[in-house]
Amino acid sequence: MGALQSIPGHPEYSDLSDKTGFSFEQISVLHKRFKQLSHNEDTLHRDDLSAIPDLSCNPIRAQIIEAFFDQRNFSPSEEGTVEEIRFEEFLVVMSHFRPPRHSMSEEQRESVRKDKLRFLFNMHDTDNDGTITLQEYRHVVEELLSRSGALGKETAKSIADAAMLEVASISVGHMEPDEFYEGITFEHFLKLLSGFDIEHKMSIRFLNVDTTLCK
Amino acid sequence: MLRFEHGKTWLLWTLICLILVFGIEAKSKSDHSHNGHHQNASSITGIPIVTFKWHHVEMPYTVALWILVAGLGKLVIEANHHVTNVIPESALLICFGFILGGIIWGADKVQTFSLTPTVFFFYLLPQIILDAGYFMPNKLFFSNLGGILIHAIIGTCWNAATVGLSLWGCHVGGAMGDIDIGLLQYLLYGSLLSAVDPVAVIAVFEQVHVNEVLFIMVFGESLLNDGVTVVLFNVFDAFVSLGGAEIDAAEIIKGIISFFVVAFGGALVGVVFGLLLSLLTRCTKNIQIIEPGFVFVLGYLSYLTAEMLSLSAILSITFCGVCCQKYINANMDEKSVTTVRYAMKVFANGSETMIFVFLGISAIDKTIWVWNTGFILLTLLFVFVYRCIGVFFLTWIQNKFRLVPLDFTDRLIMSYGGLRGAVAYGLAVLLDENKIKERPLMIGTTLIVVYFTVILQGITMKPLVTWLKVKRATSSDLMLIGKVQNKVFDHLLVAIEDISGQKGHNYMRDKWNNFESKWLSWILMKPSARKKHDHVFDVFHQLNLRDALDYVAEGECKGSLEFIRNETAYIDFRKKFGDDFSDISMEISNIHVSLSNTFRRDTVPSISLEMHEQTMNGLRESEDMNTHHLLQQHLYKGRKQHRHRYSRSHFDVNQDENEVQEIFQRTMRNRLESFKSGKMGVTPPKTITKHSKKDTQQKMPNGKSMDKTRSYHSGDEGQSLRRFGIENPAFMPDLDPMAPVQIPPWLAEGETDSATVAPSQRAQAGLPWTPSNLRRLAPLRISTRSSDSFVLADTLPSSSRERDELPPPPSPPPSPPHS
Repeated sequence: MGALQSIPGHPEYSDLSDKTGFSFEQISVLHKRFKQLSHNEDTLHRDDLSAIPDLSCNPIRAQIIEAFFDQRNFSPSEEGTVEEIRFEEFLVVMSHFRPPRHSMSEEQRESVRKDKLRFLFNMHDTDNDGTITLQEYRHVVEELLSRSGALGKETAKSIADAAMLEVASISVGHMEPDEFYEGITFEHFLKLLSGFDIEHKMSIRFLNVDTTLCK
Repeated sequence: MLRFEHGKTWLLWTLICLILVFGIEAKSKSDHSHNGHHQNASSITGIPIVTFKWHHVEMPYTVALWILVAGLGKLVIEANHHVTNVIPESALLICFGFILGGIIWGADKVQTFSLTPTVFFFYLLPQIILDAGYFMPNKLFFSNLGGILIHAIIGTCWNAATVGLSLWGCHVGGAMGDIDIGLLQYLLYGSLLSAVDPVAVIAVFEQVHVNEVLFIMVFGESLLNDGVTVVLFNVFDAFVSLGGAEIDAAEIIKGIISFFVVAFGGALVGVVFGLLLSLLTRCTKNIQIIEPGFVFVLGYLSYLTAEMLSLSAILSITFCGVCCQKYINANMDEKSVTTVRYAMKVFANGSETMIFVFLGISAIDKTIWVWNTGFILLTLLFVFVYRCIGVFFLTWIQNKFRLVPLDFTDRLIMSYGGLRGAVAYGLAVLLDENKIKERPLMIGTTLIVVYFTVILQGITMKPLVTWLKVKRATSSDLMLIGKVQNKVFDHLLVAIEDISGQKGHNYMRDKWNNFESKWLSWILMKPSARKKHDHVFDVFHQLNLRDALDYVAEGECKGSLEFIRNETAYIDFRKKFGDDFSDISMEISNIHVSLSNTFRRDTVPSISLEMHEQTMNGLRESEDMNTHHLLQQHLYKGRKQHRHRYSRSHFDVNQDENEVQEIFQRTMRNRLESFKSGKMGVTPPKTITKHSKKDTQQKMPNGKSMDKTRSYHSGDEGQSLRRFGIENPAFMPDLDPMAPVQIPPWLAEGETDSATVAPSQRAQAGLPWTPSNLRRLAPLRISTRSSDSFVLADTLPSSSRERDELPPPPSPPPSPPHS
């Protein structure tokens, strides 16, 4: 509770902290950033995010920005996208990237893992239909490879196809004749990435101090 | 089987002993006859036909003999898997050294061979470190660099200081009896014992597959602490020579400064040489055969240069390897890269073997053994205990800043992995006898520490790792999806850091990557290499290559030669005209649903097929033989195959552009004509198979039974019939071997003599979409087939339908009518 006293005037942080697991310092830092991004408005728009200069060379920025406005990522019951988000939603999306705590039971770890994977899955599944279709996957791969420039779309396509085949062979295994693999479902997705250390790979350190340099 | 192994082992043992005894005797003889020889030489009047000139070749001969012996020793050790599973190879090699040392001692009564610092530091160590640098997993290394540096610098200093001081304290307390060692000498001794040895660490950890983070922490530390060790050793050595009274603050400050100069200077020299090497490989296209040599020579030069400037040589050669690996791998020809990899391993493994054997041999020497129980036991204790304390304390601090904390078991293994090795021994031998009275005791104790850590800790490492359930390295398959996903993670994390406005690891890495791809790659990489350079694509390429190999191997099993030849040639073609062609195929196949446009990759199927067992089952010996014959005859033989055989500078046989072109044209002609004939119902043109068939028939062994000959014949014919289908890309012979209607050609070959199979069009028209036995690749194949069938259907839908009812497609005229 010492932390709360150090930041007076933000009692709502306590709720947010419960909801997202961030510490008050982290919330305060992120809030500052939110204000900076939204030009002191209460809501954040897509344009605000795409205006971040460092983000401009990120090949999958479109998907990432979209993820911030995807309702599935902050209110699981709803679907669809929104035009603007408040700080709370911003924080919830960010909280997907919190590193797991050191002492966690197996179930907790599993739920953290699922949570992170769900976010990742939603990011790939752009049309909200619960499967990552070949087209969606191909799109991501294309954009990933687009940065190096030299590899053409054809290569990207074939790589995506090959990856999709791997997926099919892993998740379905034996396919019946006349059967199509129409896309990756979330269960398959879990199975696919079971060997991955998602808890740690999809985490960043949220600092307690503000490292944002002045613009 | 077991007995046989033992027999082999004993044979080897005797062989080794013989060689050894022979070598030693020859040597001692030469020693005796050395003087007499000169007299003889002057008194010889005529021309001697044969002279025995041992002393003339003595030096290189002994070296070569030793390498041979060490190699044979390793061979024997590695032959016994049940032993190496328990005891690490390094420990066994040391024991092997003991035995050899005993033999030498028995023969010579004096230890003639021991590991000298010159040999070790100049001829044995560099290649091991270069290997370590060249194969360093860069991303892992740099992302853990902070932790590694903390351990390498602070940890090493801590070890040196505490071991030295504690020993001195015990000495003052009277635990060691009467020995003449001062505080500074204790510190000097502590500093040479402080360094974890890269050679020992590699040797032991290679067999215990701990998780990669743990490995890189121990391994990285062992590489980077060299700078610290060298400085500490030099500084204390200087202090010992100066004597306690002369040391003042200025000297100490100079010592600290020299640390930074030595460590960073060494690393800098390495980076410079690494960049030079990368630049050099940009323009070695015309001297491909000696291209790999540059890697070794420049690496070695970086080591020597650093040594010359009294900088840290190990750091230098490490960073040389780390910096250049990416660029030289991209710049050099694929074959050169393979050469470098293998040569690197040969050298590194060889000298590692030598080092351990010599460490063993060096022990069998009366002159170095001065026993002092207190000193030895206390050294062992302090080395071990302070290592643990240091590691636990430093990781405790680090864990506050680490995203993935090192847990208790990790820390335990890190402390336990503090193996001392040949570097410590080499430094101990370097001690000056005049300045340090107890040099033999120090050398002996160092050896004991080395044996203790390498043998005892080495043996117990594996059980400990198992017992503590340390996270092991997951030996995951190379998977495209994994790589793609990793890349997604990278960008995702960067983006989140960007959005949250933090400047963390990912941010830094992204900035570096941008810089690297923008500038460094541009300068250091060949333009052609730069284009292809992408990690995901590399993986894709590797998988494709592997599958292509599998594919060919599979085809060979079935004896479908046409298929093989066409496919390989087709690959060549694809490399050249890849894009244009795929465009066409894209157009064709776009119409199909989902996975259809994978035609492109079908020639180089992308995911491995696990069909071997099944296909192997159906094979009979005779067919196998036929296959070999046919293979020999049918595989395209380059016209210029023998042209460069004696050339020293050109190794490649079939690299000629024209030739590739020719293969391509020939295949394309075949394909085109078979297309045409597919439409018109015309017989396919004669191809090379024609004469080759005659050849094979002539070459048939006479003693064959009628049955075999028959089956051979029919196989041949079946094949010539099959060609019709195969050269027509519409037919993939191994599409689905279990398809109900289609009788696979390789079965038809042996069993159905009728040769009425000709499965191409019929099977295809019959079941264009039926994937029967879907394996990993199946969807791909299906789609390909369907896209091809589309081509056919487009051009001549009716004819292919007709064909369904028709008798087998007409066999080519040259083939004798059989059925």
